[in-house]
Amino acid sequence: MQLTGTQFTDTTAKVGNDLATFPDFPAEIRAPAGSRAGVSGFQIHFSSHDIYTPGDAPSVLVAMNPAALITNYEDLQPGGIILVNTGAFTAADLKKAELDVNPLTDGTLKGFRVIEEDINQRTTEALADLGLGKKDVLRCKNFYTLGMVYWLYSRPMEPTLEWLQKKFAKKPELIEANSRALKAGYNHGELLRLFQGRYEVPKVEDAPKGHYRNIMGNEAVAIGLVAGAKLANLKPFLGSYPITPATDILQHMALLKNYDVITCQMEDEIAGICTAIGASFAGRLGMTTTSGPGLALKTEAAGLAAITELPLVIVNVQRGGPSTGLPTKVEQSDLLQSMFGRNGDCPIPVVACATPSDAFDCAVEACRIATEYMTPVILLSDNYIANGTEPWKLPVMDELKPFPMTFATDPEGFSPYTRDEKLARNWAKPGTPGFEHRIGGLEKDAVTGNVSYVPENHQVMTETREAKVMGIRESIPTPPLNGEATGDLLVVAWGSTFGATRAAVERLQKEGVKATHLHMRHLWPLPHGLLEIFKGFKRIIVPEMNRGQLAWVLQSRYPEVRFESYDKVKGKPFQARELKAHFETILEEMS
Amino acid sequence: MSEVQQLKAKDFKSDQEVRWCPGCGDYSIISGVQKTLAEVGVKKENVVFISGIGCSSRFPYYMDTYGMHSIHGRANAIATGVKVANPELDVWVITGDGDGLSIGGNHMIHSLRRNVGLKIILFNNEIYGLTKGQYSPTSPQGLKTKTSPYGSVDAPFDPMQLALGAGATFVARTMDVSPKHMKEVLAVAARHKGAAFVEVWQNCVIFNNDTFKGWTEKAVRDEMTISLVAGEPMIYGKERDKGLKFDHTAIVKCSADEAAVWDPTQESMGQAFLMTQLDKDPSMPRPMGVLRQVTSPTLEELVHDQVDEVTDKRGTGELKDLLYTPDVWEVK
Repeated sequence: MQLTGTQFTDTTAKVGNDLATFPDFPAEIRAPAGSRAGVSGFQIHFSSHDIYTPGDAPSVLVAMNPAALITNYEDLQPGGIILVNTGAFTAADLKKAELDVNPLTDGTLKGFRVIEEDINQRTTEALADLGLGKKDVLRCKNFYTLGMVYWLYSRPMEPTLEWLQKKFAKKPELIEANSRALKAGYNHGELLRLFQGRYEVPKVEDAPKGHYRNIMGNEAVAIGLVAGAKLANLKPFLGSYPITPATDILQHMALLKNYDVITCQMEDEIAGICTAIGASFAGRLGMTTTSGPGLALKTEAAGLAAITELPLVIVNVQRGGPSTGLPTKVEQSDLLQSMFGRNGDCPIPVVACATPSDAFDCAVEACRIATEYMTPVILLSDNYIANGTEPWKLPVMDELKPFPMTFATDPEGFSPYTRDEKLARNWAKPGTPGFEHRIGGLEKDAVTGNVSYVPENHQVMTETREAKVMGIRESIPTPPLNGEATGDLLVVAWGSTFGATRAAVERLQKEGVKATHLHMRHLWPLPHGLLEIFKGFKRIIVPEMNRGQLAWVLQSRYPEVRFESYDKVKGKPFQARELKAHFETILEEMS
Repeated sequence: MSEVQQLKAKDFKSDQEVRWCPGCGDYSIISGVQKTLAEVGVKKENVVFISGIGCSSRFPYYMDTYGMHSIHGRANAIATGVKVANPELDVWVITGDGDGLSIGGNHMIHSLRRNVGLKIILFNNEIYGLTKGQYSPTSPQGLKTKTSPYGSVDAPFDPMQLALGAGATFVARTMDVSPKHMKEVLAVAARHKGAAFVEVWQNCVIFNNDTFKGWTEKAVRDEMTISLVAGEPMIYGKERDKGLKFDHTAIVKCSADEAAVWDPTQESMGQAFLMTQLDKDPSMPRPMGVLRQVTSPTLEELVHDQVDEVTDKRGTGELKDLLYTPDVWEVK
């Protein structure tokens, strides 16, 4: 199903639509087919104008079995189209989906346009003379269905036909079978006029000029980390351990060896970050990628990177927690863990990406902060960004400003804790004569860099590490406002709530409401200028996929104003309409 | 400074005051390492010592080389990062029985199986010293400590057996009270390509004094230990009159004339494993010296070879290629 969705996505990008996707699949690799828990879904929203989310309420639902139907039909727009594979609605199929009666016949789907088609049978007929086994034939049913939907939305079949040639280059019989299924599905739509009307979604006309490609969040992080290291004039080293939903970053970077990338899949999360720390000590840019439980394991080592003041990028692709939680579902509940989850006073800068393409910029930014300030940095993504796709307007190469690192050059009186104006310490790498020195987890003397238990020194070093991190504010902008600088409602969001928030606020603005969206990329340190903005609004709402973590931080930092949390922890992203409805309730209270 | 110069042991001493307990076996080990580095002729700037946590882990602060005193149990992982990032460096891991076999046991076995080019010195004193006397994963069953007041019920690890089991390409043992033997073993370890695991019997004078006395004391050492030397017969005893030989799956005593020749370079680990079993028989000497020494590609070599191979095949990646892939489309 994910494969079929990806094909529709790629074709849709090629015809020039803006798009956003939301794959939704179970944690189990082969969850029982036909069961409710085993439903693997793929949602795509595409349009001829700018879009911010994979859509609240789909117009079309393709349900390949009763479980898929019953777990998704309620999200559909009233009057929406439901295409059902009746070949998978036998009594046994209904039982697997825990259904006593057939939802196709009991009135459940009243108000929707239901198109019933025995896709199993149609596919079997189309491939009858190929001599394939029944199992192989039925595997082609998704492509038959894809053909029908291609017809419905007037998509060309060529990109998928070409892709099949490459995908099954070594199995020509499968090229033939899937191509034939795709075409048969398309022709079926055409011949039988199954759908009343057909949709044309013209390409985006006012899209900014430039080069584009489709990008998934995890891939954008991988590319961004490699680009960031290059801009820092360092070679990247990724030490990591597979964990859902972050694994793709390691997989993608492992392919990029010709970009001077070293990846090591280590024995555990701790070894992942520790090898990265070792690599940074040796003069590379160390990186590690993980998800919430993995970040918890890396905690002690993150503290080591902070006290040894080595550059390090830690990527946390958040998922539902605590503990193993919801590995394949979205949440943004590791904010406080990222900010404070270490022993001792141990500030670490935190950057969060908003969309799949923004993940590239944020990864570069994390590399910049890590190297310019000699500090570990936590980059927060989440499952919604990681697996979501959108067209990415590529930066022109000149726009990527280098921030080259330099190593200490004067061995005379060298101390590793001599600092520059940003309070970043000297960096000398092993192999350089005259700079032999020791660093470590014990507190160090502010001047000599030797172990020190002097009370005053620990105070000085603790304050210095904090001042260094707070100083990052001088290099980051006040976040731009989408809307007026003053008004009734300010929505402060971070991370992947960007799309739903932006869409909801823009809809309100179109209705004449004085609402503004402020999106936070830098979560620690908080940028300058926020209080002045906050003071310009009557109500401030902070929607988060957690129980109010950013709201809690903002409230403690800015007690002068009041922050209202709006939370959702259902493993699903906010929908624009639910945010809009909530904002309307607030506005009503005000009137 | 880059020209090769003859460094002396004292050139490797940092200006920091050494703070181990008087009489601690660590003094002898650091001295042995400093002498070895001078003898092997390393470049000081290329030497990196990585340690975890524990008494022995203060070691890097006392060495005038690059170093990192890291966190408990993680030295092998950090050192792996250092070595892979820059294979030119001589990377040493300093660890103990608690640091390297308990909290860091996982990293230990994985760095050995990967054959990372690290020289790993495991200070084994069969006790937790820095936390003031609790039983460790090498403490013998029955040992009374602060956390085992009625005797430890845990079965111990044999460090060399564990290293062999993890596929180590170099496994050796020496003792703090024999500086000469230690220097010989460390010199071979220093020259080994790949992971070199050296267990050092180290006496903790405060919390586990004399734990190795029954084997290491001068009066009994020759009778209670056997120094294994590659290519030489397995002979021991004050009079060099006792020998060991292999009898199917056992090692048995024999006369010096009949002693088998020790060969640590065999691909099979069988004989090395048998050696680690000698302690089951209290009348048998315990093996010291190099138990295993074989050649195998190192992790850092394989990693960098792969980078070179992919780069040769696909060309050096430029930033622009990374972004502008063939599936890019243009909006004009």
